[in-house]
Amino acid sequence: MNNLSFGNLLRRPEAGAFLGLAGVLVFFVAFGSTKFLETAGAASWLNVAANLGIVALPIGLLMIAGELDISIGAMIPAGSMTVAVLSGHYDLPIWIGILGALSVGLCIGLINGILVVRTAVPSLIVTLGTLFAVQGLMLGASVLVTGTTSVALTAAPWAKFFFGQFLGGSFQVIILWWIAITALFIFFIHYSPYGNWIFAMGGDKVSARNAGIPTNRLTIILFVLSATSASFVGMCQAILFNSAQVSGGMTFIFNSIISVVVGGVLLTGGFGSIIGIFFGTITFAVVNQGIYFTTFDRNWSSLIIGVMLLLAVLMNNTFRQMALSYAPKKKK
Amino acid sequence: MATPILELENVNKSFGPIDVLHDITLNVHPGEVLCLLGDNGAGKSTLIKVFAGVHKPTSGTVRFEGEPVVFNNPREAADLGIATVHQFGGTFPLMSIGRSFFVGREPTKGFGPFKIYDRKTANSIAVKAVREFGITRIDDGDRLIGGLSGGERQSLAIARAVHFGARVLILDEPTAALGVKEAAHVLRIVLEARRRGLAVIFITHNVIHAMTVGDHFAVLIKGAKAADFRKGEKSREEITDLMAGGEAMAELEAEIESYSTAHSGHPPQV
Ligand SMILES: Nc1ncnc2c1ncn2[C@@H]1O[C@H](COP(=O)(O)OP(=O)(O)O)[C@@H](O)[C@H]1O
Ligand SMILES: [Mg+2]
Repeated sequence: MNNLSFGNLLRRPEAGAFLGLAGVLVFFVAFGSTKFLETAGAASWLNVAANLGIVALPIGLLMIAGELDISIGAMIPAGSMTVAVLSGHYDLPIWIGILGALSVGLCIGLINGILVVRTAVPSLIVTLGTLFAVQGLMLGASVLVTGTTSVALTAAPWAKFFFGQFLGGSFQVIILWWIAITALFIFFIHYSPYGNWIFAMGGDKVSARNAGIPTNRLTIILFVLSATSASFVGMCQAILFNSAQVSGGMTFIFNSIISVVVGGVLLTGGFGSIIGIFFGTITFAVVNQGIYFTTFDRNWSSLIIGVMLLLAVLMNNTFRQMALSYAPKKKK
Repeated sequence: MATPILELENVNKSFGPIDVLHDITLNVHPGEVLCLLGDNGAGKSTLIKVFAGVHKPTSGTVRFEGEPVVFNNPREAADLGIATVHQFGGTFPLMSIGRSFFVGREPTKGFGPFKIYDRKTANSIAVKAVREFGITRIDDGDRLIGGLSGGERQSLAIARAVHFGARVLILDEPTAALGVKEAAHVLRIVLEARRRGLAVIFITHNVIHAMTVGDHFAVLIKGAKAADFRKGEKSREEITDLMAGGEAMAELEAEIESYSTAHSGHPPQV
């Protein structure tokens, strides 16, 4: 943007994410080794970051808009199970499985969005409901149809190539999807005029509606985006690992919220940035995986994540205050 | 006299069993400030929400430039140039001045799917618009709204409404939360809007503020219009009495007086 001074950086929403990432990198280099920055190490946290990041981006947007979606915890296994049942159990062409998985995301997203818009029920409660409903549905339907809770899938080579290959032996191809999706989001949120609408909605929904912003339609779109992204991640995992389980996915709920908050998004809406969410996700993934490269027991990573989250929230509050009180000195 | 720009004729408004407005007839002309006075709960906010299309009257007629109109939502009123500025400016504390000024009407550059938000243009237009209203302390469109003072926010919101072609400006207690200097800013902007030929409907509790800018006054008591008069027709004391419902104020004065006599001239401790 304009002059890129350190002071200007601190006033941006992603300031905390940058400092947080720098902090954990220093920590793990000091206590472990630089191994986790080399190929095998980098792959371990980039893979985690990419799978989480694709979900964290729309979750962050929802939070900026003043909403929450925790049903993603069920949407990830729903995505994998749908593709595995359609194309594994029933042997239908893989594109049908892929379309099926994305359609399930679309439907649940629509249900979430419409319920939130039509009722006065907070989105946390609505999506808590769909979280359990979808989980139960998947479990019941899977046992009914296949007799098990785990289904094998052999995807066609083209599907493997796009959604489920390892690049360079250890980098999941989903990393490229994550980077591309991040770039798209940056364009839409920070450069296209529509991003403004989402910030306005989170800032003050009534004023936004009065200013002519289609807040209901936008809310529904955001819920569709998050549910579909989650089912996309689940689908990629099933294609990558050649199987799908009904369980799993619940950790994504907390992990995505942590990434988004560390990335500088205000829980109550109206403030945040895509690049912040991107780096918040990397920071989370580095802590989550970096612990394996130290002599510490793996259990300590939760402590680090907890402390980091609290620090990030405190720092972000400070930076936001700085942004608010900022008045430029007469320059030129 | 010319046709009023907005007019209510025998308007009643009830929310279920609760009657809030009784048989209100009221009008406002371009280039005129109408002050709505009245105690808390008198129905002032409800009245302007009828003007602004938030509420439909239970009975009675709303006219715009002499023609009866029915607003189904605030958007339809806004499209006719009826703009409401809420207390605190109703804006977005964590958005920049430029972005919040253009919310819903973002200027773009580029073409097709590559249209991008034109930050420079937005900032410069927004800053110019407020400065034209005399708020010269705002000079950087990247500043966040939350960093502005209450009066600056109100001013920005009013400048925004005027910039986008408002013809009727509705202000619900714009000065209520402001200090003396800040309030003076807002009053000056109200006068500037009037000078530009807008009709202004101004709600306030403050009789001095009302008398500074008002051309036309209406007092609401319990949802009914208790008085409707023009500038110079009533004194400050008369207006204060009317607002408090007359007797109430007289009673209070009597009470204070008897208290003072009983306590050798000290006013009561609150
Ligand atoms: N949506 C509503 N439903 C029921 N009662 C309402 C509603 N809006 C306002 N009222 C009632 O109408 C009366 C007038 O309110 P209001 O117009 O806000 O007064 P004022 O702005 O003069 O203080 C109050 O008694 C309030 O409780
Ligand atoms: Mg009111």
